[in-house]
Amino acid sequence: MANKTLSGAEVIIECLKREGIDTIFGYPGGSAIPMFDAILDSNIKVVLSRHEQGATHMADGYARQTGKVGVALVTSGPGATNTFTGIYTALMDSSPIVVLAAQTTTPNLGKDAFQECDTSGMTFAAVKHSYLVKDSNDLPRVMKEAFHIARTGRPGPVLIDLPKDVTAGPCTAPFTDQMDLPGYKIPTYASTESVEKAAEFLKNSKKPLLLVGHGAMISGASRQVRELAEKLNAPVCCTMLGLGAFPVDHELSLGMLGMHGTIYANKAVLDCDLILSIGSRWDDRITGKLEVFCKDAIKMHIDIDPAEEGKVLQPDVFMCGDAKLVLEQLLPMVHKLDTADWVKTCQTWKKRFPLTYPKQGGLRMQHVIATASKLTDGKAIVTTDVGQHQMWVAQFFHINYPRQLHSSGGAGTMGFGFPAAIGAAFGNETGWPVLSFSGDGGFQMTEAELATAAIHKLPIKIFVMDNKYLGMVRQWQELFYDHRYSSVDMMGNPDFVKLAEAYGIPGLRIKRAADAERVIQKALEYNEGPILIHCECEKEDNVFPMIPAGAPLTAMITEPPKAQLEKPTGST
Amino acid sequence: MIKDIAHSISLLVANRPGVLVRIALVFSRRGYNIDSLVVSPTLDPNFSRMNIIAHGNPEILMQIIKQLEKLVDVVQAKDHTGTDAVEKELALIKVRCTPDQRTEILQLCDHFHANTVDMTATSMIIQITGNSQKVDTLKSLLQKFEIVEYIRTGKVIMLRGEDKT
Repeated sequence: MANKTLSGAEVIIECLKREGIDTIFGYPGGSAIPMFDAILDSNIKVVLSRHEQGATHMADGYARQTGKVGVALVTSGPGATNTFTGIYTALMDSSPIVVLAAQTTTPNLGKDAFQECDTSGMTFAAVKHSYLVKDSNDLPRVMKEAFHIARTGRPGPVLIDLPKDVTAGPCTAPFTDQMDLPGYKIPTYASTESVEKAAEFLKNSKKPLLLVGHGAMISGASRQVRELAEKLNAPVCCTMLGLGAFPVDHELSLGMLGMHGTIYANKAVLDCDLILSIGSRWDDRITGKLEVFCKDAIKMHIDIDPAEEGKVLQPDVFMCGDAKLVLEQLLPMVHKLDTADWVKTCQTWKKRFPLTYPKQGGLRMQHVIATASKLTDGKAIVTTDVGQHQMWVAQFFHINYPRQLHSSGGAGTMGFGFPAAIGAAFGNETGWPVLSFSGDGGFQMTEAELATAAIHKLPIKIFVMDNKYLGMVRQWQELFYDHRYSSVDMMGNPDFVKLAEAYGIPGLRIKRAADAERVIQKALEYNEGPILIHCECEKEDNVFPMIPAGAPLTAMITEPPKAQLEKPTGST
Repeated sequence: MIKDIAHSISLLVANRPGVLVRIALVFSRRGYNIDSLVVSPTLDPNFSRMNIIAHGNPEILMQIIKQLEKLVDVVQAKDHTGTDAVEKELALIKVRCTPDQRTEILQLCDHFHANTVDMTATSMIIQITGNSQKVDTLKSLLQKFEIVEYIRTGKVIMLRGEDKT
């Protein structure tokens, strides 16, 4: 079919429809007007954010919630540069988004025209792939390829740089399913040889441990992970982004491992004789000092990205493929292992070293989170920002379902949680409430999106965990820098209840632990749209357990240390 | 410690704008330098062949090659270090010389099968092709004269025998 009468912008919108997109997030500007004009005649809903970073995180949150591609539409220059944090966040967590960035006209490229910026040039290092479209007739193919690349293989962000004359001009090329991607390969099944080798190693293991990462979630492998764990009778730990791919309340679950993971998960890592990573990339947050990580254990790794092999550590077996398909290959080859003693040991640790928090003092974030988990029976979509509250959500919210927790893991992007909750709310088909947890620092980075939440009456419970500090940095300064607090005091915080009210959003406040249950229940019962819960928390609380960055797992701190600790050698 | 050696990397890439930047970024992200780079279209003009020489830790370079292979526009990335491939480069060397120095220089050229491609009363340009070591040797022998400037193409690599590189 030739679309002689269609403009480039109309073709773009039609391509979105063909990709099944019904909601996009964006912010207009001069160069983007042709696209925003064309979208008026479609039934695609445009969610107008208050900042392009917000729009990009919303697209990301939508993508994480639905498993579909999230779309952000922005203008050129600063509109595009404002998306970069969101693009990088999506890259680090393998989240499928497409960013449509308008651009000055093609004759103006490279001439410092108004709001011109070398958007594709600036983002090369932060995208899975990108396009600068210079001919309207390339649009049908480029759109097809962009969505394909974003969603397949190891998902990631794709940026399309769209000069205004390309979107305003006519496109006579037909819509197409043809792609021209000779260099793009999507791994599916792993080599039989690698899976057989893995099965052989498993056969001889007495103390196996499964390590479940985001890849398992993305691949939709939670059923297979569970089958494998139960068939082998092997304990399971999860990375933060892997939480939900295996139910945390399952008897074989050891919860989250790593820097702020459970004592029992880290003990299992130290003591296992075999560790099988399913879609995790051995991040420094989980390995600690690499040289001694699982030093004597067999290390096996399933990953869809061939470049993950040996990136951090060289495994004994690397199975390159889609986690779900590889587990289906592996499952028929394995049998129940003689692990009764090992499982019992892990369960003893679980009983002996449970996650706890101090009950005395002011309101504890942990208490708010645990109460919200209890009152929702763990049936909620949860997003977090970055910092102490994020770790406490990972520790104290019972995450039992895939795609239930959305958090900026790799990038650690402050300001992510709240807009991600908005995106997730648009894609949420569970009927569960969306709980957005942010610290007072991170919330203020993207709080303007209160307007977005209010306009669309989104059922988000916005928890602002306010300790009037940048808590995690303060914790480091307390523990490792002799209490020398530098630029962590959030003096000047607004009254968050009043702030919400200014946007027409009701606000509640929790100051004492005793009030938490009543107030959270009230928030959960509110059905008219978003509601903000301002939690005035204990100012100087610390996240434990903690393994100082770069230290071996044996260096885990489980309670406030008596003496000053040495400065960490690892990154942040 | 693992020794840093020069690696000969051959890439087959889609012939598109931006592909060179994407490839360069994989190196620069780790602070790695590209020693030499040759790009030319293949028989099929939709693709280009790139030959890159880079120094560095072999394990890191192996990782870099995997990350290159992962780029959407890269069809194939291979390390030819130590494989049975023809590796050649071409250099132009401009030497300042008086007429009575010419004979010795021409003798050197003859020995290395190099040609003179320009000659004036006070200078010569010598063209040499061959493996890198041969080029290095001629260059060092010419240093007793005054080398005004010199430029090399960087290595081009082709597998021996019927197989494609």
